[in-house]
This record gives sequence, structure tokens and C-alpha cells, in this order.
Amino acid sequence: MIYAIASGKGGTGKTTITASLVSLWDTPVMAMDLDVEEPNLHLFLKPDINKINKAYIPVPEVDESKCTLCKACSELCQFKAITVMADTLLTFPEMCHGCGGCIEICPENALKETNRELGEICHGSAKETEFIMGKLRIGEAMSPPLMEQVKKNLKREARPEDVIIDAPPGVSCPAVSAVIDADCIVLVTEPTPFGLHDFKLAWEAFSPFGKPMGAVINRAGIGDDSVQLFCRQNGIPIWAEIPYDRTIAEAYSQGEIVVQSVKTLRTTFESLMDKMRAAVSEVSHA
Amino acid sequence: MHEIVIISGKGGAGKTTITGAFAQLAENSILCDLDVDAPDLHLLMDPEHLLESEFRSGNEAIIDPDRCTNCGICADLCRFDAIEQTDDGFQVAPFRCEGCKVCVEFCPAHAIDFPERHCGEWYFSKTRFGTMIHAQLFPGQENSGRLVTLLRQEARKVAEAQGSNIILCDGAPGIGCPVISSLAGTTLAVLVTEPTPSGMHDLERVAELCGFFKTKVAVLINKWDINTEFTEKIEAYCKDKGFTVLCRFPYDRAMTDSMINKQVITEYENGPLKKTLKKAWADTLALLEDL
Repeated sequence: MIYAIASGKGGTGKTTITASLVSLWDTPVMAMDLDVEEPNLHLFLKPDINKINKAYIPVPEVDESKCTLCKACSELCQFKAITVMADTLLTFPEMCHGCGGCIEICPENALKETNRELGEICHGSAKETEFIMGKLRIGEAMSPPLMEQVKKNLKREARPEDVIIDAPPGVSCPAVSAVIDADCIVLVTEPTPFGLHDFKLAWEAFSPFGKPMGAVINRAGIGDDSVQLFCRQNGIPIWAEIPYDRTIAEAYSQGEIVVQSVKTLRTTFESLMDKMRAAVSEVSHA
Repeated sequence: MHEIVIISGKGGAGKTTITGAFAQLAENSILCDLDVDAPDLHLLMDPEHLLESEFRSGNEAIIDPDRCTNCGICADLCRFDAIEQTDDGFQVAPFRCEGCKVCVEFCPAHAIDFPERHCGEWYFSKTRFGTMIHAQLFPGQENSGRLVTLLRQEARKVAEAQGSNIILCDGAPGIGCPVISSLAGTTLAVLVTEPTPSGMHDLERVAELCGFFKTKVAVLINKWDINTEFTEKIEAYCKDKGFTVLCRFPYDRAMTDSMINKQVITEYENGPLKKTLKKAWADTLALLEDL
């Protein structure tokens, strides 16, 4: 089963919760960091990285000797990545989305594929756990194509039975790309006005996918009870409440996995794990 | 005219809290929320929308089943796996469609429509701290970079019309599309961080991105007292890179309490926290003078 740990607002504790769940999981599991812009899971799981692959997106390259400046490519391109200026065909590889349309439409076969680097895919292991992380090249604007390549590991034969995904914040295309293949979504939030607002956005964004979804309220006690109220009104199950406690914040700041350092959290996380599994099995038996 | 963008790489570092405080301290600035995906600044500003506009950008492919001959060429050509064969024929999955037009162009039956996408709304608003330009992208939408660019253009127009020389922008988390769009041509990036492994890691990545745009960088360390050793590490890193550290800001419940009161922190607290931020703002202005 694939579990995505997501949140509308950043900094609510996705990585903390992912790392803790991975460390407690008692069946084979793969940890996947899909927050490719700012991946942090490795800072806590501290995996041994044994393979780093570069990831690329195909972009066009012009053979000027064949180009007749017919503009079929530039008229098709929706991303202003290829254009005719005076008597030269120019490409802007950083604008290219890799759709391949220009190459397909060129009547002279004057375009061929070359690559733009998106970033890296790092493979490793943390104790028994397989670890995979996407890391966007700094300066690269497009995270979803890199995420797609990391996600190919979800379809791999002989992957661990379960996968826990650390998703990027927000509700736009990268966040959707991280949760769309999951069997269950855990929405992490905090009980503050910002937390509630972004939780609502995430709930609205992900509800149409019809996947089992539950809330984890992190830093419970710091704000008000508006998130709990919203959950009750909308029938969203609260799978865990993690109290605000300075020792948790300090353990996190040391790069520790909080469920391992703060013993009182163990039952909370074990019950969260049970609820996630139960939510998925309810659906598959329905 | 100076554009200041407050970003952090890592989410939840305190960007919006700091933007709110600076908005009060700046007096005559134009506010702009560039986190168009999950905006929060309006929760502190209580903006009155004077003007509401649709944000349309890009297009999406829609297959007309009446014209479709089920040849499957579109699905073969689509690089985004956005076209699925279902019991009702070929269909485009809107969340996967990149809007590249390849399927539209090569469909022999001309069965694919390509309407414009309505991706969100943007607002011109009045707040107690002046004009605010902000937006809300619809869930799952792309083109956040284009929306960020549009908001910045509008903010500049307003600043010129109102004779304001500072635009204060609350940025998005991460280092991708919306953040890149908020950096080109920006005068100063204030990077909010926290003394944790994630805070430091993400600070380094976003600072490197600022370097590509030659944007001047200043750093504000939030919740500095959670891990004083790490705070010193961040300060040493900043010193090494030549980044000004604007202030060490402590962990304080006032941050959440002010939010619940719909106030910026410097309205809610008139003591040591305000004093710290006042000095940070004065130092920010001093950095602008050098530019």
C-alpha cells in the first residue's frame, strides 16, 4: 500500500511524521521523499546512499543546416521554448516541458532530442528500509517531471509491500502529483488559523480523488480548536494528535526521529499506523 | 522602487509572520502575496477586495467522444500519460494534461478541443496597511509562476501610481517555479530560517538559487532558542557567505496568539519582540540604501 504524508501548509511536520512512521513500521517499507525542491527526510533517516542517478527531460536541439524556418514548431510550442528570430531558430531549453511536439511536427527532421538535467534520484537504505529521494537541481523550475521519474519506483516489481511518501507542501501540481498514486492520504496540520486555512485547501483539493484520508494535528495545544471543529463538521477522522512539547521541537532540531527520542509518543504513532492500515483495508474490502 | 521578497525554502519557517510585521513597520509599502498556492497573508490583513479578476493561463485538451474515432494516436504521442482508454473511449485526465497541444495538432479526426484554462482568481485589495495584491490558484493547477509574474507586475503598477517605493512580498516555500518567478529582478530576498537540520539544508539551497539571480540576501533566524548551537552554525554560514543576519527571533507563543487575533505580531506585542523586529526592519532598509 502507498501512504502519502501531505499538508497544505509547509512546516507542519510532514517529515517528522514520515520519519517516525518509517522507523516504527513493522513490515517491509520503502521511504520516498517526493518533496524534491527541499527534500529533508534523509536528514532524519540518515540513509546510506549507494546509487545516484541523474534525471533528465528531453528538449530539442536544432540542426540549422536542415531547418527551413517554416515555424511549424514555434507555432505549436505552448511554452515559448522555440522561436524564430530573424533567420535563426532559437531554443530556450529551460522553458521546455518536454512534450516532443516540435520534433514530431518538423517536416525537415531538423530537430532531435537532447537533455536538460532535472536533478538527481538518490537510492539507499536506512537500516532495513529502502530509501529513495528526488533532489531538484537548483535553478530548475519544474519539479513534477522529476517526481514522475522518482515515482516509477512505485510500479517496480519486487518493491516493498508498503511505501510511505513525504510529499511537498501546498495543493498545486507538485502536491497533487505526490498524492495521486497513493492508497491513503495523511493530512498533517497544526491548530492555528494558517494551519486550518491550508488544511481546508488540501481537503478540497484531494477529496475528489476519493481516497481514504485522515488528519494528524501536530503541535496540539498551541492554538485553538478550529481544526478539530472543522474535522468534526466534515466527517474527517482525526488519526492522531501530537501535543506541542518543547522536548519534541528540540529533538527534531537535533536531527532525531522524535518517536524514538520521546518515548511518550510511541503509542500515538502506533495507533496512527493502525488507523492508516485500517482505513486502507476498509476500502479494499468494501 | 525596491521589491523585497520573504522566502525560506522550508515551509512553516515564519515567512508570513515576518511579512506581516514588516508590513506594519514599513508604513507606506505595497503588499503582495506570492504564495498563490497556499496563501495565508490575507488571514492577518483582512483585505477588502476592491477588484477581483480571473486568472486564465494555458489550455487543456478535451476529447469530443462524438468526433473521436478511437485511433489512439493521441495516447501514443502524449508524453504525460494524460490520455487514458476507458470503457467510454479515450479521455484526458485533467490533472495530468500539460496543455502542450500535441494531441490536438495530430488528431486526424480533429476531435480534441483546446479551451483556455481558468486557473484561479486574483485580487486588488485594501488593508489597514495599504494596498495588497494577492491571488488564489485553484487546487492542482499549474502556471503558478505565471501568476506570480502577473501579481508582481500589478504590484509595481500600483506602487508607481501611489508613489510607494517598497513592495513587500510574502513568497512560496520551495525553490521551484513560483519561487524562481518571484526572484528575477527582485532587490532583496529575506530568507527566514530555523535552527534545525531542515532549516539549514533548505536555507543553503534557496540561498544558492538567489545567487543565480544575483539577488541580495539577508537572513532572519526564527525560533533561534530551540537550538542555540545550530543558530551559531547558521550565523557562521551567513558570515562565510557575506549574508547579513537581520535578527535572532525567539520561539514565542505570541506568534500563534497574534495569528488567532488576526493581528500581525507587532500589533499584538509591544515589547521585546516588536523591538527586535523594528531593528530588523531598520537593518533591512539600510541594506536597500546600499543598492
